[in-house]
Amino acid sequence: MEAGAHELTAAYALDALDVDEREAYERHLAGCEHCQAELATMWETTEALAVAATGTEPRPELRERILSAARAEPHVVVPLVPRRSRAVPVLAAAAAIAAVIALAVGLWGVGVSSDLDEARSALERERATAAVLADPEARSVALEVGDGRVVVASDGRAVVVLDALGPAPEDKTYQLWIVPAGDIAAATSGGLFAGEDAADGTLVEGTVANGDLVAVTVEDEGGVAAPTTDPIVASEPV
Amino acid sequence: MSASALLALPASRRSAMRRQHTHLSDEALVALVARSDEDALAELYDRIGRIAFGLALRVLRDERLAEDAVQEGFLAVWRGAAGFRADRAKASTWILTLVHRRAVDLVRREDRRRAEPLGDDASALADVETTEEAAWLRFERERVQGALAKLPDAQREAIELAYYGGFSQSELAERLGVPLGTIKSRMFAGLARLRELLDEPTPKEGSWKPELTS
Repeated sequence: MEAGAHELTAAYALDALDVDEREAYERHLAGCEHCQAELATMWETTEALAVAATGTEPRPELRERILSAARAEPHVVVPLVPRRSRAVPVLAAAAAIAAVIALAVGLWGVGVSSDLDEARSALERERATAAVLADPEARSVALEVGDGRVVVASDGRAVVVLDALGPAPEDKTYQLWIVPAGDIAAATSGGLFAGEDAADGTLVEGTVANGDLVAVTVEDEGGVAAPTTDPIVASEPV
Repeated sequence: MSASALLALPASRRSAMRRQHTHLSDEALVALVARSDEDALAELYDRIGRIAFGLALRVLRDERLAEDAVQEGFLAVWRGAAGFRADRAKASTWILTLVHRRAVDLVRREDRRRAEPLGDDASALADVETTEEAAWLRFERERVQGALAKLPDAQREAIELAYYGGFSQSELAERLGVPLGTIKSRMFAGLARLRELLDEPTPKEGSWKPELTS
């Protein structure tokens, strides 16, 4: 399978694999950046094929039928982005590869509400996080220290995605920092977070500018005005 | 790719009732669907449902079955939104992929597969062309069909039979009497060529070189 798997990307994008082949390909895909990037490109083309089939409008009843069926389903609220360990479908399995592909895919969106900027409730923070992650112009910045990445939206908002960060030690908290030009003395707080859901993405309070670093330190509960410990996470300049 | 630009339908075409949803990106809507937001699902259906239905109908050739495929696809969105990765594919692409897969699975189960060429219902948009949306869809549809028409016959045949006909690569090899490897090459080369053709901003005759048919 491995040797020939690359060749199956086109057939997969066209849904021209039988069930066994499809599953085998998805197992391969989860660990193959090359195929993920290629598939993303091919899917854009199959979307065009989908558009070319447009004709008859669906009956208006279909809309309500779908919404009723959705309403009738038990719907477990899950974290915004599932952690890799629980990721089942292929789309989630590929969560490991964020950076390069995000740019390669050429994400498209119609923009997000500016009022997300001011949002402070938990839900609004989640929405803002989603908006940053969905920003078609967003860049992914690697970490110098730690595992994960910083996703920087075109408007300077940033989300830190940390792959394997456990909960903060007792009586401690994680604190985010925006570090201008790497000058730790000039760092400003980017907010506090607990750590359990760090892989889902944590919105940095404030905005980052070119050359800034994003860093995380472990601080006493409640946070501090300036970092008192060495960063456990530090990004490259954004 | 500009084939998707049409998904940014005029806001006037959508209900202005739903909270803040009309100006959210598809990707942000999927994130809200992951939080059980029904309005976000409705908005996604309003944006993509028509294309999804046309695609399912194209594959299944039966309105009821096509409705089933669209419903199952959108329920898969409802259930699986948390697994969607915006850094992996556009939301519209993801949703259409889910619907298409349901349609293909259904058509194989029902064994309703046909092999007519694309475009025999070209007048289907005529009655609703008064809307900007339909005009866009018609434009895009003709653009893609024009690109398909420029593919070498063997590549176009493989792509159409697979994507619109629901045939697996193995079935295609058998049906067309060629080795499986040939089918793979045709699909790969055909998709790559189609992409090039679609990326050409203003298609000009003679601006591309015909490829060797595999």
